[in-house]
Amino acid sequence: MVALWVVLAVLALVVVVGSLSYAVRPRRRGGGTAAKARTRTAPRRPPSSPSRTATIAPPGPAPAAPEEPSGSGGALRSGAGAEEAVRLGTVAETPPLRERLGRTRGVFAGLRSLRGKAVDPGAWDALEEALIRADVGVATTDALLEDLRRRVRDREIGGGDELVDALRGDLVDLLSPERRRDAARGDGAGGPSPSDASGPLADSVAPVGRGLRFDDEAGVVNVWLFVGVNGVGKTTTVGKVARQQIAAGRSVLLAAGDTFRAAAAEQLDMWARRVGAEIVRGAPGGDPSAVVFDAVQRAAARGSSLVLADTAGRLHTKVNLVEELKKVRRVAERPPGRVTEVLLVLDATTGQNGLVQARQFTDAVSVTGVVLTKLDGTAKGGIVVAIQRELGVPVKLIGLGEGPDDLVPFEPAAFVAALLG
Amino acid sequence: MFDALSDRLERIAGRLRSRGRLSDADLDDALREIRVALLDADVEIGVVRTFVEGIRARCAGEVLSKSLTPGQQVVKAVHEALVEALGGETLKLTYASRPPTVVLLAGLQGSGKTTTAAKLARWWKQQGRNPLLVGADLQRPAAVEQLRVLGRQAGVTVFSEPTDPVAVALAGLEEARRLGRDICIVDTAGRLAIDRELMEEVRRISAAVQPHYTLLVIDAMTGQDAVATARAFHDALELDGLVVTKLDGDARGGAALSAKGVVGRPIVFASTGEKLGDFDLFHPDRMADRILGMGDVLSLIEQAERTMDKEAVARSAGRIMEGRFTLEDFLEQLQQVKKLGSFGGIMKLLPGVSKDLRQVADRIDDRELARVEAVIRSMTPAERADPSVIDASRRLRIARGSGTSTADVSQLVKQHREMQKLVKGMAGGGVPAVPGLGSVPGGRGLGGLGGLLGGGRQQLAALRALGAQSSDEGGGLAALLGSASSAAGAGSLDAVAVGGAAGTSRPKGQRAGKSKKKKGGRVTPPKGR
Repeated sequence: MVALWVVLAVLALVVVVGSLSYAVRPRRRGGGTAAKARTRTAPRRPPSSPSRTATIAPPGPAPAAPEEPSGSGGALRSGAGAEEAVRLGTVAETPPLRERLGRTRGVFAGLRSLRGKAVDPGAWDALEEALIRADVGVATTDALLEDLRRRVRDREIGGGDELVDALRGDLVDLLSPERRRDAARGDGAGGPSPSDASGPLADSVAPVGRGLRFDDEAGVVNVWLFVGVNGVGKTTTVGKVARQQIAAGRSVLLAAGDTFRAAAAEQLDMWARRVGAEIVRGAPGGDPSAVVFDAVQRAAARGSSLVLADTAGRLHTKVNLVEELKKVRRVAERPPGRVTEVLLVLDATTGQNGLVQARQFTDAVSVTGVVLTKLDGTAKGGIVVAIQRELGVPVKLIGLGEGPDDLVPFEPAAFVAALLG
Repeated sequence: MFDALSDRLERIAGRLRSRGRLSDADLDDALREIRVALLDADVEIGVVRTFVEGIRARCAGEVLSKSLTPGQQVVKAVHEALVEALGGETLKLTYASRPPTVVLLAGLQGSGKTTTAAKLARWWKQQGRNPLLVGADLQRPAAVEQLRVLGRQAGVTVFSEPTDPVAVALAGLEEARRLGRDICIVDTAGRLAIDRELMEEVRRISAAVQPHYTLLVIDAMTGQDAVATARAFHDALELDGLVVTKLDGDARGGAALSAKGVVGRPIVFASTGEKLGDFDLFHPDRMADRILGMGDVLSLIEQAERTMDKEAVARSAGRIMEGRFTLEDFLEQLQQVKKLGSFGGIMKLLPGVSKDLRQVADRIDDRELARVEAVIRSMTPAERADPSVIDASRRLRIARGSGTSTADVSQLVKQHREMQKLVKGMAGGGVPAVPGLGSVPGGRGLGGLGGLLGGGRQQLAALRALGAQSSDEGGGLAALLGSASSAAGAGSLDAVAVGGAAGTSRPKGQRAGKSKKKKGGRVTPPKGR
């Protein structure tokens, strides 16, 4: 059961916190104390930098009593009503993933310059830099490069050209474990083999297992749960997925499971109207599990087979919020509901904390896949390499903008090509 | 996961040779580790490069300190440099002679601008100012509605209209003037730095309202992209400052350093939670600790103060340091720890906690703590006071009552005995090796806080070095750490108690009225100090 370490750890924690909390005067909010505090530190600055004294101007006298708005209605215009025309119709044609990623990419001159040259220390530096800049992370980068080094030593890889191609291949393989598995099986009848198309850049083979699971059984309401930390794009993603699923002919219901954030339900509501889906909402501040439960019941009653459940952004460090999420999943799992996807929505700009998020959310609610959003920006989202490598959680979808059609399936080769520039 | 820099340096400390001066080889080793630590913390690779070279220049040929290992000396230099880089010139907020003072918020999607706008409004309102919030994000569905709700919570008026962002901003400014508000906070839509059209739009908004302060709102968990984003926004808008958000997470926050490095403007505010009150001025020293993986101790303390019953915790700490550790005590300690939140998460934040302990903490399920609690609760007060009375039939009863096994109960009792020995030993000063703790670095002959935390004297010495040069509020912390390190040397916890926890001796007098703890809980008379 409990290791001695637990007891030791608790003691340590209590002692440290208990003693420290009396030693340290907490900072008070607001300008006063902070201002004094900063003045005191001024003399400590090394002479080279100009020392500025305490800086937040102390609260001055408020200006003469302001004219109050004549009835709050006058000054305020309703901005929330910015209604979008409901867009129905087919999902728009979107340019291929590689093109959309390509237009945002900087050029890694370093990697290009490797072509045609021998493998020298500069080459390794360039590779390392490319991977680190892509947020792949030190540990994964080291592992990848170590393997390449071995192969160079064993003369499996020759010059600079081969090195970059080898890295590309490794990354693609890493991001498509189903393909490796099928190749290892070696049966022609099995899934696609990586040598199917010409060269390591081929992405004509859609990896198995990357689709969104949908159980087409009578009486089953599929629930796809969207989870993640704050600000990653969960609600927008729900809207986009709804759009796609409706276009595919499924009957979709949205559950406004974010009962915490101001106007979260309103935001999802606008998406529902935009894509033509029904939505179930709860009272602000209410129990998100109740909303999801209601949504499943309603879906069953209406004969809808899919509920897309939005949840509130939550930091994985907050125990009570994680517990709340576990409860949401449990409730969603009650018949006729069946949780067939738990999608972790991850912002492509996220650094190494993305791996921590993935780990914690997976531990809590068994994440089945990642939706990588905001990949239309300059960030590369390389953290998903580490996530796949260490947790085995695949990326299923990629978000490329704020519009309803800006969602595409994840293609490892295109992603890697953009990653390495 | 979060290998603290101190752990890494522990590893190389052995290899560093003390020769009176820091040799180049010594430095190289240390700097390599620091580079990795900073990259793990999401500091941008170019910024890391410059920074590390700066450290090299700073440390080259430095005379070796007597109390620190060369590795720790380098860490101290890094910490100093980080605090400088993150702090340095602070933004002196002055207010426009012709009100209102206009503040423009910009940043990527999801960075926290809208929440920050409301927090800023509340912050200024608390200072006696009279802000107006302008919702110029017409792109995101219900963004203005969100601002309105937050405005209501903060008690601040929100202005918006469904025209276009530039027009709204202008109209908002007019409205602020009309209403005689002295601050006008303009929230804008999130936009990608490479989106030429939208960057042009925010430029036009800026040109229209002529903000006195343009702040970039950046998410603490941003990775390498921080530089590109900060640079682009700075080029477009000429930023005056930065706001770092979502610091209540466990992201190391290197993006703060990267962004500041590129923009060269101060980080003004830190946002530490979803509630409007979770907002404060930015503390460079805390951020430096965090980036170095040393844990934002002070935030941990604040969090602890918010959630734990201070008196109870101090009481517990006091009792431990007096050598008392009954199951009743332990139960109380567990209660407090539970309130703090994720146990594993917190252990990672503590400085000086050895890697072994942290790895264990990683694996500890909060459920395990619940199980321990259940076992203790199933005991009678007499059993808690004196577990030696627990025979087979009692064990069975306790096991049944708590849903565990008799083996579990025996194990807990056995471990309690061990811990009691250990704790008594610490209070007395020095203790013979406790079986099972041999793997704790410096564990043999445990005595003092250093041993308990497994880090040994070296860790504490390093912490003292850090504490000594961190800013004012570190004064108390430094004193504590200073005394803790000498305690490690002296082999007792007395100094720790004296140095910082003045409060722990207080509760004795107050115990009569307040304590829930039974008097009979003490098995052995307290060892005198």
